Amino acid sequence: MTAYESVIGLEVHVQLKTNSKIFCSCPTGFGETANSQICPVCCGYPGVLPVLNKKAVDELVRAALAVGCRINPRSVFARKQYFYPDLPKNYQISQHDLPLAVNGHLDIPQKSGEKKTVRIQRIHLEEDAGKLLHAVGSRALDYSLVDLNRTGVPLMEIVSEPDIRSPEEASDYLDTLRTLLRYVGASECDMEKGSMRCDANVSIRPVGQTSLGTRAEVKNMNSLRSVRDAVAHEIARQIQVVESGGRVVQETRLWNQDEGATHSMRSKEEAHDYRYFPDPDLVPVELSADWIETLRRSLPELPEARCARYERDLGLSAYDAAVLTAEKTLADFFETALNRFEAPARREAAKPLSNWLTTELLGRLNAQRKTLDESPVSSVQLADLVKLILNGVINSKAAKVVFDHMFTEGGDPETIVKAKGLVQVDDEAEIGR
Amino acid sequence: MNLETLSAADIARKVRAKELSARDVAKSFLDRAHGWDKTIKAFLSFNDDAALAQADAVDRAVSAGRDPGPLAGVPVAVKDNLCVTGTKTTCASKILENFTANYDATVIEKLRAAGAVFIGKTNLDEFAMGSSTENSAFFTTRNPWDVSRVPGGSSGGSAAAVAARLAPLALGSDTGGSIRQPAALCGVVGLKPTYGRVSRFGLVAFASSLDQIGPFSTTVADAALLLQVLAGHDPKDSTSARVPVPDFSAALGRGVQGLRVGLPKEYFIDGMDPEVSRAVRQAVTTLESLGATVKEVSLPHTDAGLSVYYVIAPSEASANLARFDGVRYGYRSPRATSLLEQYEFSRDEGFGPEVKRRIMLGTYALSSGYYDAYYLKAQKVRTLIKQDFDRAFESVDVIATPTAPTAAFKAGEKSDDPLQMYLSDVFTISCNLAGLPGLSMPCGFTSNGLPIGLQLLGKPFDEETVFAAASAYEKATPWNRIPSQPA
Repeated sequence: MTAYESVIGLEVHVQLKTNSKIFCSCPTGFGETANSQICPVCCGYPGVLPVLNKKAVDELVRAALAVGCRINPRSVFARKQYFYPDLPKNYQISQHDLPLAVNGHLDIPQKSGEKKTVRIQRIHLEEDAGKLLHAVGSRALDYSLVDLNRTGVPLMEIVSEPDIRSPEEASDYLDTLRTLLRYVGASECDMEKGSMRCDANVSIRPVGQTSLGTRAEVKNMNSLRSVRDAVAHEIARQIQVVESGGRVVQETRLWNQDEGATHSMRSKEEAHDYRYFPDPDLVPVELSADWIETLRRSLPELPEARCARYERDLGLSAYDAAVLTAEKTLADFFETALNRFEAPARREAAKPLSNWLTTELLGRLNAQRKTLDESPVSSVQLADLVKLILNGVINSKAAKVVFDHMFTEGGDPETIVKAKGLVQVDDEAEIGR
Repeated sequence: MNLETLSAADIARKVRAKELSARDVAKSFLDRAHGWDKTIKAFLSFNDDAALAQADAVDRAVSAGRDPGPLAGVPVAVKDNLCVTGTKTTCASKILENFTANYDATVIEKLRAAGAVFIGKTNLDEFAMGSSTENSAFFTTRNPWDVSRVPGGSSGGSAAAVAARLAPLALGSDTGGSIRQPAALCGVVGLKPTYGRVSRFGLVAFASSLDQIGPFSTTVADAALLLQVLAGHDPKDSTSARVPVPDFSAALGRGVQGLRVGLPKEYFIDGMDPEVSRAVRQAVTTLESLGATVKEVSLPHTDAGLSVYYVIAPSEASANLARFDGVRYGYRSPRATSLLEQYEFSRDEGFGPEVKRRIMLGTYALSSGYYDAYYLKAQKVRTLIKQDFDRAFESVDVIATPTAPTAAFKAGEKSDDPLQMYLSDVFTISCNLAGLPGLSMPCGFTSNGLPIGLQLLGKPFDEETVFAAASAYEKATPWNRIPSQPA
C-alpha cells in the first residue's frame, strides 16, 4: 500500500482591530442591528469613493512584523471582481500584485519540544463583504436579505506556503497565529464572531514525491476543531479517490461540520476570473522606513521571547513558561502579580505563583466557564497569598482554605487569614503551651 | 426681466449689491428655460421649488448683511451624473431612472456654500459615454445654433443650456472630452481641470483615472470664477491633489506677451473640416499678434490616444458599473425569478447599447490572459503620451489645437457608427490620458453659422496660464455670441 503525505496551505482572514471601517467612517461593532452601521460609501452608492483608514494599515504592518515579514514600501489596492449580493460594488477592494507584506514565517511549538516553521507567503489588506440571510424553507419569504454591517470591515489575509503536513499542524498553526495576533493587539481573532476565518488548500502525494498534487480548497471552517476535522476528512477523501483509481480534481469544497464532510462547491472550470486591476480610486500605500520602524517599536514582547525570558530569568520550566505565555492576558496577569514581589524575590516566587495561577485559579475559572478577565481574585490578591506562604505565615493547607474563600467570597488574603485565625504557628513554645 | 446677457460674475455682483434679488434671477432663468428648453431639451429635470428656496436664502443673507458667497444667486445647471441630495440622479440611464441621490457631491456642497442656485439636472449620454447626447436613454438634446444638430457630448445638456443662456453656468464631467467637445459644438467656454484639481466625490464614475468635473460658462472669467469654487483637496477623494489653489481670476489679466504657444503638427489631420483648421490657425495668429510666440511641437504618440483610451476607459467602466445590479437601488427587472436572472435581466433592460458595448470591451480587456496584451500595454502607452506632453511643455507654455475635427453634426449622422463617433474625441482624449488641464472656447463660426472650438492645453495644475491665454484671446475677438431663440 502506498503511503501518502498531505500538503496543506492555509489562507487565514483576520479582522483588524479598528474603530471604523477600512474605507469609510462607519463603526465595526459586532452583533448590531442589521444595516445599522452603513453609509453610502460602504453600500457602494453611485459616485462614492473609498478613503483608506491608516489604522488598518498600521495594524496589519504590526502583525506582519511580528511574523517576520518584509514590508513593501509601496503597495497597491486592486479590484477583485465578481457578482454577489453581499458585495455592493460587485468588486472587492483587495490587493493583488503588490501586497503590504511578504515572506514571513511562524514557528509552531511541537510536543517534541522542537519547532516547526511554516513560511508565510504574503499578507494583504482588503475589505470584508456583507452577510446574506436566507429564509430557508419558508414559502412566505422566497427571497434573501442582505446585512451590510460587516461590509468594509478591514481584513488581512495571511497566506501560508504549503508547509503544513497534518491536520494537527494546521490547527496548531492557527492556534499559534491567534496567540501572536492577540499579543500584538492587531485582532481579537474570535472565530465564533467571524473575526478569524480560515480556508485550507489540501493535496496529497506519495511519500518521497517532491512535486505537489492537485489541490482542493476547503472553505467554511469556523473553529480550530473544524479546521482539523475538515482537513483530516479532505485528506482521507483524496486518498480514497486515488486508491480507487480516480484523480483528485482542482475544485473548491465546502465543509459541513454537522455532516463531518466536504461537498464540491465549484470546479476549476467554474472558477471566477476575478479580472484584477489596480483600483484607480486609491493611491498606492507608501510606507517610510521610519514609520515601519515606529510600528516595530510599538510591538509588545512577543510570546516566544517572553517564554524564553521566563525560562532564563525566572528559572521556570519550558512547560510552565509555555503555558503562562500562551495567552497574553495570562502572562500579563502573571507579571502583574510577580511585580508585587521585590526584584530579588521574584525568581523564588515565580514557580509557586505559576502553580497557583495555572492550576488553582485557572482550574476554578475553567470549571465555571469563566475567563481570567472575570476572575474574582485579582493578580495582586493572588500575589499576596503566595507571599503569605513564602513568608511562612500560613502553610499550603491553610492557603487552600484562604484561596477558596477568596474565590467564593472575595477579600484580601491577609484579612481572611486573620479572620479565620489561620496563622501558622511554628514557635515550639506556642505549641507546647 | 431679461438677464441672459449677464455673466455669472455680473449676477453675483448685483445680487451681493442688492441691485438684483436672487429670486428674480432664478425666476428669470427658469422662465426662459421652461420656454426654450421644450425645443432644446437640455434638462432632464427642473427643481423650481428647491431653486427658489435657495434663492430666497441668498436674499435673506444679503438682507441680513451676510455675504452669500462668490456665486450669490447664480443659477447653475448640473449634469445629471452628479449627486444632489433629494434629487433624481439618473445618468440618463434607465437603470437609474428612479434613483434619488442620498448625499451631496463635494462640488455641490461647495456650490451651496458659495450661494449658487441649482435650477435643474442636464442631459448627457448614458453614464457619460458618448459625444452627442444621442446615447441618453430619455431623449437627445438639440444644439441651440441649429436644432437639427447635436450639442456634442457627453455633457451636451450642460453645454446647450449655457449656450442658450438657460443658465449662466453649468457643471459637466470630462473623461475624454465630454466638457470641451460640447463646449466647442455649442460655442461656449468649457474647462476640464487638471486631474486631481477638483474632487470627484459624488460624480457617478465612468473611468475613475480620467474623470474630472469642470465648468461651462459664457466667458473665460466665469470659468475661472466657478473653478475657484470647485477646486481644492477633498479628504473624501484620495485622488484629489494636495496642491495650493491659486487665485484664478488674478491670472486673467496677465496677457500673452512672451507666452510660448505650441502648435502640435499631429493635430491638423486629413479629413478634418478645413473651416475648423482655418479658424484655429487664425486664432493662433491672433495670439501671435497679441505678443505670443508660436512654435510647432510634436506629440508623436497622438495616434495611439484613441486606442489607449478605448482600452483604459471601458476597463475602469466595466468595474465601476458593476454596482448597478438591481439589488439595493436602481432598476430591477420584474421578469427575474432567480439571482442570476435579476442580474442579467436588470442590466440587459437597464443599460443602453453603448454602455453595454463598453462594459464588454472592458471586461474583455481585463480578462485573464488578455490583461497584459490590452490593459497593461495601454497603461504603458499612456505613459508615453504623457511624456510627449512633458517634453513639449519644456519649450512651450500652452498648446493650441482644434477641440473637435468638425463643428456640430446632424442628429443621427454618426449614431449608427460608433467608430465615427469615437473620432469626434480624437483631439480631446490625450489631455485626459495625460491628466492635463484643457479649455475649449469659441474661435469662429462655419459658413453655415456653427461655432468652432479652440482648445488650449496647459501644464498640470497650470490652469492660470490657460486662463490668461484664453482671456486675452476672448478680449480680442467677437465670438462670444448668443444663438437667437426662434420666435
